[in-house]
Amino acid sequence: MADRQPPMDSHAAPAPAGAARPPSDVLAPGHSFGSVTDKITSAILRPGFLPGWVFGFVIAFGVMSMFLFAVSYLLIKGTGIWGVNIPVGWGFAIVNFVWWIGIGHAGTLISAILLLFRQKWRMSISRFAEAMTIFAVMCAAVFPVFHTGRPWLAAYWLFPYPNSMNIWPNFRSPLIWDVFAVSTYATVSILFWYVGLIPDLATMRDRARPLIVKRLYGILALGWRGSAKHWQRYETASLLLAGLATPLVLSVHTVVSFDFAVGVVPGWHATIFPPYFVAGAIYSGFAMVLTLAIPIRAYYGMEDFITMRHIQNCAKVMLCTGLIVLYGYSVEAFMGWFSGDPYEGFMIWNRMTGNYWYMYWFLIFCNGVMPQALWFKKVRTNIPLLFCIALVVNVGMWLERFVIVVTSLSRDFLPSAWGMYAGTMWDWMTYIGTLGLFTWLMFIFLRLLPMISMFEMRTIVPSAKIKSEGGH
Amino acid sequence: MSADKTLDLASIRARTADARGRRYWQSLEELADTEAFGDFVKREFPAHASEWLDPVGRRGFLKLMGASMALAGATACTRQPDEAIIPYVRTPEDVVPGKPLFFATTMTLAGVGAGLLAESHEGRPTKLEGNPDHPSSSGATDALGQGAVLTLYDPDRSQSITYLGEARPWASFSQAMQNQLAELKALNGAGLRFLSSTVGSPTLGAQVKEILAALPGARWHQYEAVSRENVYGGAALAFGEPADVHYKLDQADVIVVLDADLFGAGVAGNVRYARDFANGRRIRKATAEMNRLYVAEPTPTAAGSIADHRLPFRASQIEAAARAILAGVEGGAVPSLGDAADKFFAAAVKDLVAAKGKGVVIVGDRQPAAVHAVAHAINQSLGNIGTTVVLTDPIAVDATSQTASLTSLVADMNAGQVQLLVMLDVNPVFTAPVDLDFAAALKKVRTRVHAGLFDDETAELSQWHVPTTHFLEEWSDARGHDGTASIVQPLILPLYQGKSLHEVAAVFSAKPERNGLDVVKEFWQAQPQAAGQDFTKFWRKSVHDGLIAASALPAKSVGKAQVPPVTPPAAGSGFEVAFAPDPTLYDGRFANNGWLQETPKPLTKITWDNAVLVSPATASKLGVKSGDNVEITWKGRTLQAPAWLQPGHAAEALTVYLGNGRRRSGRVGDGVGYNGYALRTSDAPAFGVGAQVRRTGGVTLIASTQGHHSMEGRALVRAATFEEFKKTPDFAHHMGEEAPGKTLTLYNLTAQQRERAVAEHAPTTYAWGMSIDQSVCTGCSACVVACYAENNIPVIGKEQVLRGREMAWIRIDRYFEGDAENPAIYHQPMLCQQCENAPCEVVCPVAATTHSSEGLNDMVYNRCVGTRYCSNNCPYKVRRFNFLLYSDWDTTSYKLQRNPNVTVRSRGVMEKCTYCVQRINRARQDSKVEGRTIQDGEIKTACQQACPTDAIVFGNINDPDSRVSQLKAESTNYGVLAELNTHPRTTYLAQVKNPNAALETELPGMEKEEPRAFPKVPGKDMSETNSMTHAPR
Repeated sequence: MADRQPPMDSHAAPAPAGAARPPSDVLAPGHSFGSVTDKITSAILRPGFLPGWVFGFVIAFGVMSMFLFAVSYLLIKGTGIWGVNIPVGWGFAIVNFVWWIGIGHAGTLISAILLLFRQKWRMSISRFAEAMTIFAVMCAAVFPVFHTGRPWLAAYWLFPYPNSMNIWPNFRSPLIWDVFAVSTYATVSILFWYVGLIPDLATMRDRARPLIVKRLYGILALGWRGSAKHWQRYETASLLLAGLATPLVLSVHTVVSFDFAVGVVPGWHATIFPPYFVAGAIYSGFAMVLTLAIPIRAYYGMEDFITMRHIQNCAKVMLCTGLIVLYGYSVEAFMGWFSGDPYEGFMIWNRMTGNYWYMYWFLIFCNGVMPQALWFKKVRTNIPLLFCIALVVNVGMWLERFVIVVTSLSRDFLPSAWGMYAGTMWDWMTYIGTLGLFTWLMFIFLRLLPMISMFEMRTIVPSAKIKSEGGH
Repeated sequence: MSADKTLDLASIRARTADARGRRYWQSLEELADTEAFGDFVKREFPAHASEWLDPVGRRGFLKLMGASMALAGATACTRQPDEAIIPYVRTPEDVVPGKPLFFATTMTLAGVGAGLLAESHEGRPTKLEGNPDHPSSSGATDALGQGAVLTLYDPDRSQSITYLGEARPWASFSQAMQNQLAELKALNGAGLRFLSSTVGSPTLGAQVKEILAALPGARWHQYEAVSRENVYGGAALAFGEPADVHYKLDQADVIVVLDADLFGAGVAGNVRYARDFANGRRIRKATAEMNRLYVAEPTPTAAGSIADHRLPFRASQIEAAARAILAGVEGGAVPSLGDAADKFFAAAVKDLVAAKGKGVVIVGDRQPAAVHAVAHAINQSLGNIGTTVVLTDPIAVDATSQTASLTSLVADMNAGQVQLLVMLDVNPVFTAPVDLDFAAALKKVRTRVHAGLFDDETAELSQWHVPTTHFLEEWSDARGHDGTASIVQPLILPLYQGKSLHEVAAVFSAKPERNGLDVVKEFWQAQPQAAGQDFTKFWRKSVHDGLIAASALPAKSVGKAQVPPVTPPAAGSGFEVAFAPDPTLYDGRFANNGWLQETPKPLTKITWDNAVLVSPATASKLGVKSGDNVEITWKGRTLQAPAWLQPGHAAEALTVYLGNGRRRSGRVGDGVGYNGYALRTSDAPAFGVGAQVRRTGGVTLIASTQGHHSMEGRALVRAATFEEFKKTPDFAHHMGEEAPGKTLTLYNLTAQQRERAVAEHAPTTYAWGMSIDQSVCTGCSACVVACYAENNIPVIGKEQVLRGREMAWIRIDRYFEGDAENPAIYHQPMLCQQCENAPCEVVCPVAATTHSSEGLNDMVYNRCVGTRYCSNNCPYKVRRFNFLLYSDWDTTSYKLQRNPNVTVRSRGVMEKCTYCVQRINRARQDSKVEGRTIQDGEIKTACQQACPTDAIVFGNINDPDSRVSQLKAESTNYGVLAELNTHPRTTYLAQVKNPNAALETELPGMEKEEPRAFPKVPGKDMSETNSMTHAPR
């Protein structure tokens, strides 16, 4: 029985470095292999539904239905139902796309980079962070397709498929790079997530009572029996995928930033964009991890697994990336002056004092000022306050993309062509709709799959440690 | 269909009984003109954008097809014999499907004709161009001339003769009129009145005379909201008899314009004036002389915006100004008009006196007769009459005062003395002075007959309504601004049951059933021009050439001009109200024309609306911002309208535009804007003093296509004075950053590789380019409308324009610089610059916009998926996106107008200016067939062809001798935003103005602008960009 036999885990094995610090702060004391597994599977294997879950699920489903409605109407009428215009050809859709893609980045960072760095605190949050990544990429992918004038063609013309017309996409266009970046990202993320799920799916198979559920988990577990050979292969695959995913953490948002940096529009055309976008992505991603972890932890009573150490670490990453982002804003302002380019100079001045000044200053408050509170441990350990900061950062990162996309376009080279932009009801319905889609998928995930990696958590229970140190 | 809404088949039969050819209608409800359909039409939002929501269902479509097939049979029986239409440039044997033919015709507006060439695709006129041989056109048109073709296909045109709203055949109308006439003949015609628009057609004039001779008791009245009665009145005051005036601006070195919208749409001779004026101020290498234009006017106009000196001046003070000029010219004591005005007029007088015989003072048509008389005196005293000013007999057949004539008609109507009123091509219920209350008087007339293109406000109150033909459907004639007569030639059989005015007028003559061609031919057979030659030859030549040789009216010799006594200044204080025809809708007759509604007004950039213009200083005194609703009270009447701040407007004055606020113009124009006629009385039809204005609260959303009017210190329009140009001919290159000198590349090519690369990109025979001369662009917007017509550009409606989605491929950017009360005004036509290094091409993910070997930036609609990335990356923002299904795919009649060589775009694709690639390809085919290269001037883009000032020149820049190459070699040539390394193929000639050194040393725009909140940029001072630094770099 897989769940009864603690694996000879390679994570736990090279103990010396990890052993110096007691792992207790990433797992509350008093847990055994069994108690970890019981706790995590109980959320899934319990009969019936928790009323809170049902309540949330129904609301999320409703919001997601609004999304479907908004998109159907969009397909019937055309992009004109949104607020986009000339000069502001990109609006909510691209803002939302960049925002969602950014959010996904935390999941990949946690599961890939922190895995390579052997950070044990990643174990309890990696599973749902990866789920968050996949769902965020799904929400993100909706926008570039549906924001086009003819989505039914855009859905496949952007891929380099052999065709009788002998036409390839334009490989010089950053949008084509986007297609490759995002589709690679989605593929690797899904693979990584699924591979990581296999041992836990086997546990579920073994624990589930109803035959049909057993069979379903069984199929998904791909015949996992927990043999040493399996573990050895699993570890290799996991490391390889982590190696593949690691550059993606940096490259995907770099490519997304090229959508802007390659353009001539003042406010887009800046070399700072790639690092600044990557930092922003991780910043918003960790804010989203906290936004999700805090309520889940409380609702499912997972405080033992998602401890204050996790929460604090997330806050620290936010603080760090937030400072990089703030540096990005400063460089933009500095370069507006230092470049000597009148258009750049006007651009930054317009951001600060133009028609969308409130957006800019609210963004600076959300992303630059508010997170400075995270310097203080008291703030980092104050759960409600942290939750609020995470929400504020999420809003701030959305505003950042709005400022970049919309403010720049609304005031570019020829004053005669300047125009204003505002999202319409349909823009909001689509955006909020993807929040519904995301939450709805999250609810399904929480109900059907173990939200925390059981087999990884088992490697850090004290009994695993003792055995390992006992030495065979 | 429910029983109570059963179609009135009897009336359908009556309506189709004498229809000629095909009739286009959308549904049986429309055909029967049921109330339900009327409701549907009225409810329709005036944007085609909403129409796509109502796709014709397949079953419904089949039903319609069946019904129309069935009814088609009924129309065939009464088909009239074919009439020959003579081509202008090619003989009919040359008709090749797919090749357009051009026919000469004439468009008449307010009695004055302008020669046109109509492009006909397999019998469908699709586009109007100016007739180069016609003196009033010189090959170009104004915006109205470009828009007129859409009115032909307007689905809201009235389609059948009606009596009390029910369809009747022509025979029954004719019979009814005969019965009436029989009754009136006993009274010698007393009780019979005609009311028509200004009769400029010599033939119609002869018909009128004939009718009045037979019925001496009858009377003929003319009324036109915008007429030349003051021109005639002025000549009568000065010389004792009415005369028409036209100007030879090519002979004029100094032009002083007093409140005349000289180059504005619909003004007699506007196109020719603009061309002649522009020819006198094109700046080339060797230019040594330049004419000078002074304009004093309340509302900025096209002429005012290009003037060397413009003075915002109230219309009611123009008489004083004219007398001051007269005094100055004659060396008398000059009364003071205020500091700025005194300086302005003193300088103008000095210039006028220095240029005796080569100067001209022009007074606007709306100024009272006395002012025209004073202008005659000035021109006579300067010796300008006979050189720059030509007096002829009036073009209009009847030169008496129209306002007086209408007033007497209304008095007679109210007195019950009018039994039968025949209204021809007029809409007095809408346009008559409000104090006459024409509608009430009309109801007292026993029989009211209205003949017009539309079932309009007047038709509503008339028992009989006869649809008239559009000028592209009829035979007629007209006189140009200098009196040159030309034939109006039909391009297509009447689409509906229209009758020409000649045919309607004939009903009241001895020979009631005559067709228009016979009437016109018969008239010219008797004229001296046709004497002594074979009439058939004369006729064919006249129709072919688009004008009748030697028919210009001879110059009149006149005695000494009498100066009328000073008109006592109007009593009352308060605001001045000045009425002006709408810059794109004229007096309201074009209100249902989507192109003209959507074309931004040249100075305000307002579409789908009109607003009361006030100067910024006056507005701030009133506490009013653009769009705020105001109430104007004048002579006991009030008008509610939105205000609009117009920099350069005279202070304490309001401009009220006529033409919008229509109630029954059709689905496009109904309910758009306010009705300025509601304030216009017969004693002050043009302007007057004493109005009160107050804010009423509330804001009207006005769809203006340009929200920002400052260049923000960017060197977009580069301008200098003539003196500065002479000192530094390449001043334009000292005003902004230049394009990078070399192309930056990552690839370090060897000499051999470079050679190969050059060979691969060997220059093609053709490299298309364009040059736009900003010194002569008046912003008249004829090019904008021409582009709509040529390129099947959809009309999107106010709501979509408000969202910033206007579709025009060429827009005219208008910037103000300097003092808001009298700014420098710049026009910059902005269209796809066809960049050699195009930012749009790189970013398109599907390669839907690519570069052609001849340098065109091609747009592949089929391939476009609509990411809009290209538009975002276009520094000029000239790309247009079909956010919704904007093209009207349903209205049958509009389909006939479409240019068959241009794709009608669908939803979700990007579009933009193509340099009229269809015209390039047509020339290429011709040249290939003939085994030669395309000659310079063979291709004219639609905007170029329409341009009255010839500001736009297109051609092959690989040919060093082409016009465009030579213009690009001028020192004033520069590329907008060339510093972005876009290498635009469209370049601009910097604007040069010729200000009087005595008046000011600098153009207003050269002065320091009000300080802007803007960061200082080291190495490049922002304020420097705007100042002149002539030091060589």
